[in-house]
Amino acid sequence: MSLAVGDALPPLELPPISRTTLALYACASGDHNPMHLDIDVARGVGLPDVFAHGMLVMAYAGRLLTDWAPQERLREFKVRFVAVTQVGARLTCRGTVEQVREEGAHRVAVVGLQITDQAGEVKLRGSATIAL
Amino acid sequence: VIDRSFIGWQSEPRTVTVDAARVAFFARVVGETNPIYRDEVAAKARGHPSLMVPPTFLVCLGTDPADQFRLLDTLGVDIRQILHGEQEFQYFAPCFAGDTLSFRGRVAGIESKKGGELELLYLETDVQRSPDQLVARMRATLVVRHRLPGGELR
Repeated sequence: MSLAVGDALPPLELPPISRTTLALYACASGDHNPMHLDIDVARGVGLPDVFAHGMLVMAYAGRLLTDWAPQERLREFKVRFVAVTQVGARLTCRGTVEQVREEGAHRVAVVGLQITDQAGEVKLRGSATIAL
Repeated sequence: VIDRSFIGWQSEPRTVTVDAARVAFFARVVGETNPIYRDEVAAKARGHPSLMVPPTFLVCLGTDPADQFRLLDTLGVDIRQILHGEQEFQYFAPCFAGDTLSFRGRVAGIESKKGGELELLYLETDVQRSPDQLVARMRATLVVRHRLPGGELR
């Protein structure tokens, strides 16, 4: 793979997050936290609505990475959930090559990750290390 | 306040054989279109033993859907207090449907923040394919909120 610091990964634009997506993600992941499913529970603690599972948002970042490089090359993947993601959010995942370096006998690329919603609010920041 | 004597506490290992149908369902729900995650024939044609486990699905496999909140119950934390702050994976080998994986979690640390308004709970989980093959290590930071918009929770 020939690449340079500053190269951008092809961005991944996602459809709006629906309540159906959250319900299906709860089933598929086994994360049944009612704060993602039940508006009454969310309102009960003073929130206006349910919000997306952080790990759903991270799964989208994973798609960005594995669309770009085979998953076998992924060595490290870490994120910070900067803000909760609301129902209806239209997320875009972006990645940029931040470093190319030798790690032992291998060359690796460090990719900086960011996910924003339609208003440009950052939801997730992170990085991934990928063997070249 | 979470009892600090839980620092170092280890869960019982959870052993699970990765079900191809569950991998394919997860892949569909997150909008994955790459057939190595959804179509066993295509995955095998690309040289894989079966469907590949997507990067974040290991967290799901490590949780018992029938008893998801056991750890939080043990720690005395209400699920409504939790926000997922950070998540990290280190991968040492790819995993596939059909693999039998063993998950062992531990409480790596507990810290108070903002004068006790928040606590950070650091969890680490090792994923083994056999006793001598560590395939991944996961770290989660959970934010435990002691005050919510609707008022004090506990």
